[in-house]
Amino acid sequence: MSAGERSNERRKLSRREFLELGAAGTGLLLLSGCGGGQSAGSGTLNALFMKQAAYSETDVKNMTEQFQKQNPDINVNLTFVAYEALHDKIVAAAPAGTYDTVLVDVVWPAEFASKKMIVDITDRFPESERSKIFSGALKTTEYEGRYYGVPWILDTKYFYYNKSMLGEASVNSPPDTWDGVVEAARAMKSKGVVEYPLVWSWAQAEAIICDYATLLGAYGGQFFDERGKPAFNTGGGLQALEFMRMTLDEKISNPASTESLEEDVRRIISQGEAAMVLNWTYMFSLTNDPNESQVAGQIDIAHTPKGPAGTPGVNGSMGMAIANGSQNQDAAWKYIQFMTSQKIQNQYAELSLPIWKSSYDDKQVVQALPQVVPIAKEQLNDMILRPVVPQYNDVSHTLQVEIQQALAGDKTPKQALDDAAKEVAETLKS
Amino acid sequence: MTQARPGRLEKLPRSMLPKGRAFRQGPTALILLLPSLVVVFGIVLYPLLRTLYTSLFDVNSAFPGSYPFVGLGNYLEALERAEFWAAMLRTAYFTLSTTVLEVVLGILLGLLLNAEFRGRWLLRSIVILPWALPTVVNGAMWRWILNPSYGALNALLTQLHIIPEYRSWLGTPWMALNMVVIADVWKMTPLAAFFILAALQTIPRDLYEAAWVDGAGRLRTFFSITLPLLTPTILIILVLRTMEAFKVFDIIYVMTRGGPADGTQTIAYYTYVEAFSNQLFGYGAALAYVIALFILFFAIIYMRLLRRGEVEY
Repeated sequence: MSAGERSNERRKLSRREFLELGAAGTGLLLLSGCGGGQSAGSGTLNALFMKQAAYSETDVKNMTEQFQKQNPDINVNLTFVAYEALHDKIVAAAPAGTYDTVLVDVVWPAEFASKKMIVDITDRFPESERSKIFSGALKTTEYEGRYYGVPWILDTKYFYYNKSMLGEASVNSPPDTWDGVVEAARAMKSKGVVEYPLVWSWAQAEAIICDYATLLGAYGGQFFDERGKPAFNTGGGLQALEFMRMTLDEKISNPASTESLEEDVRRIISQGEAAMVLNWTYMFSLTNDPNESQVAGQIDIAHTPKGPAGTPGVNGSMGMAIANGSQNQDAAWKYIQFMTSQKIQNQYAELSLPIWKSSYDDKQVVQALPQVVPIAKEQLNDMILRPVVPQYNDVSHTLQVEIQQALAGDKTPKQALDDAAKEVAETLKS
Repeated sequence: MTQARPGRLEKLPRSMLPKGRAFRQGPTALILLLPSLVVVFGIVLYPLLRTLYTSLFDVNSAFPGSYPFVGLGNYLEALERAEFWAAMLRTAYFTLSTTVLEVVLGILLGLLLNAEFRGRWLLRSIVILPWALPTVVNGAMWRWILNPSYGALNALLTQLHIIPEYRSWLGTPWMALNMVVIADVWKMTPLAAFFILAALQTIPRDLYEAAWVDGAGRLRTFFSITLPLLTPTILIILVLRTMEAFKVFDIIYVMTRGGPADGTQTIAYYTYVEAFSNQLFGYGAALAYVIALFILFFAIIYMRLLRRGEVEY
């Protein structure tokens, strides 16, 4: 009997649990049905940003606070994710309309715009405004002649070097060609100044494509020819990869490059374990900050070194866009206008330079980064774009993998790029 | 003579039940169960069927809309792609090596934890810690340990003069895959050990005493008594771990993001990249189903093995 009672008891209990679960489930369903219905230009905004490079989280929070002070009827919630997670987060959140504004990289508008994930704001963004912005920055949010956001971060990878290390290896003037970089690196290595003079962000990520694009441009290569066929497996594209492989073979590049991102590069040069690197604007202030770096005061910035074809920097700009699912597009636009405004950008120029041409003669900006601004002025007019195709992520992934196979020595550079070209052509066809 | 079995109410003749109750119970039960049915169907079955449906279309955006029907096209495409098979092979290697290592180390650790020694309670509680860590934390921790310029592993190995200089652990495909295996084994071995420990404690002491009386040594006792009696538990660990390992995603996402050169891209990670990075949701859904089918296949094999194991007792 007692056993029977117990089993009855259990059945009752589990039934109650079922009910509770059911009630909870229904509650959730009801809750998710709510929301929406705000008046124009006010309410709550959810904004998505990235954690690393350019403006710091603190900067973004401060800017947003300023915005809220001016617009007390708009409340902005900020979310920060790693750059590497940003794209997928935007995609996954799109159908739910989680975010009102999203930060988009220069390589995504083709994809996001063609899939209608971000809003066409051409009508809100008049020519009179656009003409005041660097053309390289404007390309960030342009797709097929329409604008899908406002550029916010105008950035490229500059060449950084450690002055005292160059001096120790008796390299008197900083190298301004890639051949010069290699020679200086060899000198430093042979004199024992540093084990690996170069370190790069060559992990399997977008970062490796940024470095590759810089080199491809310097060697006169092209991602695609005029007919839109892959062309990176010949000429400059091939020479760029051969150069990358050579620096690893000669052990002048740190072998940890193939697992490093920009932040790793910054840490390694800040520890005095590298002498010459490519990195974004933000690194200048941080490597010369004694709290962040053991080599503060020794790091200098320059135009990217010259290859046979020139000195382009990769266009690594980013823009702010309104997500298509946003219920509050007017408020979102207000917020974007504020964040990208010349006033705010001039105020926070230390980690990321403004998109506005006239800012580069502004006292506040020049004083924030006196060494960087003159170089930026030149470099920002000399940038190379990564391919603008809706399937960019797929194309980039293919290139990342094949380039890494060549760097690991599993394939020759020619073989790797030929394989990549074949696969990319296939991807673009489908 | 058949004996009436207690506790089986439904076997009683209908006429013996109180009348009104029997009549009303059905609909009431249904009404009361409805919320939970909604939950079960909404959370389990609907996504399952929806994924199957999606896998038959060429869906290339996260938004609802009309997409071309491709039948089994997505599945066939997967089977044709070299990437898919490379990911499968890597997954097989990861599954096999982690499961074998976790079982073997788990048995050794379980035996140790079962032995009588001072401070056993302390060891037992410490050993469970890796398993208690969230996988993401574990992945981040191993990234630090393996960091080429300031990681603990490089410091340890160079100071012990095992390697002459710092080296990159996650920078080459094959090495990176094995490092992820190690991180997973470190985390999951305690689980296996605790299963084994529980099983060891159910083995009666008199079996060992009888073996000692018969003159069996330690090894002989282990292989003739302990191991056979552990078999059902080992099978359960195998079932759990192969299925989990086959689906491995989070530790890879944190440690290597599938790189370098796709060297750690397992089938679950490949599915994620295709679905969310490349926005090929139809293809991704098909890949997800392929994973599910493989796991179902494992499950059936293991169920059979387990049932046979039970018969032997």
